[in-house]
Amino acid sequence: MTEEEKKEQENQESPEEKPEEEAAGAEQKLEAKEDKKHLPASVGEGSISDEMPRRSFFSWLTVAWLAFAAATGGFFAMTVRFLFPNVLFEPPQSFKIGFPDDYQIGQVNIRWKKLHAIWVVRTSEYIYALSTVCPHLGCTPNWLDNERKFKCPCHGSGFRKSGVNFEGPAPRPLERFKITLADDGQILVDKSKLFQYEKGQWDDPESFLKV
Amino acid sequence: MSKKKNIFQRLGESPVWKSIFRSGVPRTRRQRMMSVLNSVFLHLHPVRLPRHAVKLKFTWCMGGLTFFLYLVLTITGILLMFYYRPTVEYAYTDIIDLREQVPLGIMREIHRWGAHAMVITVWLHMFRVFMTGSYKPPREFNWVVGVILLFLTLLLSFTGYLLPWDQLAIWAVTVGTNMARATPFLGHEGPGAALLSLGDINFVHAASDIRFALLGGRFVGESALLRFYVLHCIGLPFIIMIFMAVHFWRVRKDGGISGPT
Repeated sequence: MTEEEKKEQENQESPEEKPEEEAAGAEQKLEAKEDKKHLPASVGEGSISDEMPRRSFFSWLTVAWLAFAAATGGFFAMTVRFLFPNVLFEPPQSFKIGFPDDYQIGQVNIRWKKLHAIWVVRTSEYIYALSTVCPHLGCTPNWLDNERKFKCPCHGSGFRKSGVNFEGPAPRPLERFKITLADDGQILVDKSKLFQYEKGQWDDPESFLKV
Repeated sequence: MSKKKNIFQRLGESPVWKSIFRSGVPRTRRQRMMSVLNSVFLHLHPVRLPRHAVKLKFTWCMGGLTFFLYLVLTITGILLMFYYRPTVEYAYTDIIDLREQVPLGIMREIHRWGAHAMVITVWLHMFRVFMTGSYKPPREFNWVVGVILLFLTLLLSFTGYLLPWDQLAIWAVTVGTNMARATPFLGHEGPGAALLSLGDINFVHAASDIRFALLGGRFVGESALLRFYVLHCIGLPFIIMIFMAVHFWRVRKDGGISGPT
């Protein structure tokens, strides 16, 4: 159904809405009048001087539209970039966590859980840094020392000391971070580089520290 | 029988009154119609209502109730902004103070329960429109606008959820925003994100994806609270008002509130 047909129908149904319809009718008449002159709406009578030929007018119009589109696009890009901050007021991604002797063999150290979101685990052979972010939906599990497992309070995912999942909805093991020795003998953890068990990355020599 | 006009008559004939209310006292049908047409607040409403449109049995008035709740939430929300500071240091204690210390401590409760009620009325409104077939032509476009309004309502609910800054809020929003990681191309764990790279350089990673833009950081912290606050108080209400105007206008243009045929 076109607009006019609809209007006609409305008219029949509700003769009392006339004032609006009259206004709409007047608008249509106006449009019809302009149509007779065969001129586009943007080129009204008397709006072009003789010095400017039509051809160059349209090329200027193209330039103007391109400039407008570029300016709009540029501002849109600026707006998107604006949403990504340059400086973060968050703990650094790379940090030192003391000497290897600070960590006891067989223990899961929860000292850095709050500040850096890592657990430092030392076994008899090596030290590794586990992410405290549950791979299910991003909550923080707790280390239950009696049960020797990590347990997520949100949905009940469980992980062994190694970080490998064994219960609950977690789809994969916890991630490990790059861990090396700094020049001063302290352990250096870099969270921007992570190692995933299911991709076989835990064999990478940077994913653990031999002691 | 004095010919002296009383104060109301004189007021009604004064140029100031007439400059605001153009059509005079609505005595005839035409005058009643004009007073609706000439008012910016009334003109979204149809000039005449079909008899069935005021039948509660058919519409449940759920759309109207939703709009009423939106107005309640806007007013109480503006009032809450006088007391609430969106910082990690103050947010939680300000919410406690709104209950314990601020006069008539129910303002926050009205906002909170009103928000829950609005989600319910939006859902019931949609249910009614579906069951009465009111999404059918010519109203199919308005159904789509309505779906957008549903999503905006849920987003307002979600952004408001973080503001109390308690454990429930922080972890619910942590879980909720982690879904944004899986956005195609825009989230760093989503499909197609790995394609947007040049050699070793990934353009979409944890510190450059859509979730990062939403939170203003790598995890739900200070800047996430501020961003959600701005979205909740300014951004989303601004967008939802535009869509509501289209929604109401469309209802009126498609023949008013749908009724039994």
